[in-house]
Amino acid sequence: MRLALGLIALVALLFLLSLISGQAPVGAGQSLRALIADDGTPLSVVMREIRLPRALLAAMIGAVLGLSGAAMQGYLRNPLAEPGLIGVSGASALGAVLAIQTGLSLMIPLALPLAALGMAVLAVLLILALAGPRGTSITLILAGIAISALAGALTSLALNLSPNPFAAADIVFWMMGSLADRSFAHVWLAAPFMAVGAALLLSLGRGLDALTLGEDAAQALGVNLSGMRLRLILGTAACVGAATAVAGAIGFVGLVVPHLLRPAVGARPSSLLWASALGGAAMVLAADIAVRELLPARDLKLGVLMALVGAPLFLHLIYKTRKEMA
Amino acid sequence: MRGCVRLSRIISLLAALVLTGATTGGPVAAAAGTAPKRVVSINLCTDQLALLLAGEDQIVSLSRLSHDPDSSSMAEAAHAYPTNGSGAEEVYLLSPDLVLAGTFTAPATVRMLRDLGIRVELFAPARSLEDIPERMAQMGAALGRAPEAGAMIARFHADLARLSAPPARRPRAALYYVNGYTTGDRTLAGDILRAAGFDNVATEAGLEQGGTLALEQLILLAPEVIVSGRDYPGQARAEEVLTHPALHALSDTRIAGTLTDRDWICGTPLVLSAVQKMRDLRLSLEVRK
Repeated sequence: MRLALGLIALVALLFLLSLISGQAPVGAGQSLRALIADDGTPLSVVMREIRLPRALLAAMIGAVLGLSGAAMQGYLRNPLAEPGLIGVSGASALGAVLAIQTGLSLMIPLALPLAALGMAVLAVLLILALAGPRGTSITLILAGIAISALAGALTSLALNLSPNPFAAADIVFWMMGSLADRSFAHVWLAAPFMAVGAALLLSLGRGLDALTLGEDAAQALGVNLSGMRLRLILGTAACVGAATAVAGAIGFVGLVVPHLLRPAVGARPSSLLWASALGGAAMVLAADIAVRELLPARDLKLGVLMALVGAPLFLHLIYKTRKEMA
Repeated sequence: MRGCVRLSRIISLLAALVLTGATTGGPVAAAAGTAPKRVVSINLCTDQLALLLAGEDQIVSLSRLSHDPDSSSMAEAAHAYPTNGSGAEEVYLLSPDLVLAGTFTAPATVRMLRDLGIRVELFAPARSLEDIPERMAQMGAALGRAPEAGAMIARFHADLARLSAPPARRPRAALYYVNGYTTGDRTLAGDILRAAGFDNVATEAGLEQGGTLALEQLILLAPEVIVSGRDYPGQARAEEVLTHPALHALSDTRIAGTLTDRDWICGTPLVLSAVQKMRDLRLSLEVRK
């Protein structure tokens, strides 16, 4: 309970900080007043149309990425399972790029998240097929590397073939992710998918707890494993697909956050789900504040910061896994 | 102030003429007999200057971009000539006696052609309207058509003076491109904006040359007009900033759409049509007020 309150307070604080950080040098009080009371000034437009959707998206995307990571790790009982690392984010980015480059997303805006979701489902299915239900770390990571590499290459190919001279520069966005200049259109596009996905994943709690006793014991407790698997696939795909469709592939959130919070929830997968959602929101909000405050004029990508924090932890986890296997 | 500008124009014109004299003293004498007969241009801007000034049958080939109506203001006229891919090998096989290139043309290409004994004339991109008469004079000298260039320069000055008569009020405008890029006063586009009677908000943001202007900075500057760049084929996320809802939420700002097109790229007399369009836009603002 105390953890929940603490995390909620942290997210709220970071949300406020996100609202008052930006390139324009305006005081915090003045900005927040312009946000609450629409006085028709340009500052109100900045607060309501640029900074508010950006902060909302950071919180939403962080929450669903943290949640997806916790759910996958609980189901596969493997701390290395994370949507970015195993290629689900990369595949979603490919889906989004295809929707944009074919012009489909111009005709039907929903095609963007749907295409990302479709490719994400494909990637999760591939991962589960390749790594198996009790996949070892090695097969999981190898399958992830293969899917990531293929998705990344096809994304680059699609963008390089575009007649638009700026499409090739978009590769960095899709690989690294950014929340720069997103609008409420993106919030409304992603929100329904994220809500459905998060609901599906949060419903896995009891089953994941039972799974810690092993599959046989879980089935004896009345857990429907194939049903769980379906909800995991659809939930992760909806969450990661929607997040990637609007902000590009943001990696390592689902790896770092559950890892940090696991001791705090007593390693109970069901508690780790909501805790990781809150923790993920806090992490992406913090990273998005950092990209604006560290190098304001450079449009630093979120993925850069995430990798700086996440990659060392990833190496540490691999090292630990190796010791356990030896 | 006007007097100063005029004077500086006259000085630059004189300088251009002196320079012209200096170059024509060399291998290309002004006499028509020694004018180059096989001219190949490998740069979009030299394509257009050459089309404007060259005599009949002087041009052998133009760069591939010259046929692209999105990039070249003279695509139609350019269709009378074949194009080249701007590579040294291809250009050499056309056996030119003069190659026209930009100072940003790949140095390896220029060196290769010069080593092969071909005269290559390099043209710097225009950074202001003042640069344009110099480029016309340089092209006139290179092609052995100095008198034609002189007449064109005089016409350019007269037209520019007519179009850039100082307005009663200078509205604040922003030039806003893909990826949130803006151009400042010390660029050709910025100078077109200034000549048409606008103040550039990029200067207020401290961007004299141009650079990235965050969307929220642009909104807080609240210019009266936002002029965005041309629409490229296909889709890119980098272009989404131009359709951000926040731009349309500004009540006192007019989004003038895509005006900066092919006429804004090269330092040729055709930029005057860009000045004209921007001037018309300014006048339409005054009517609305």
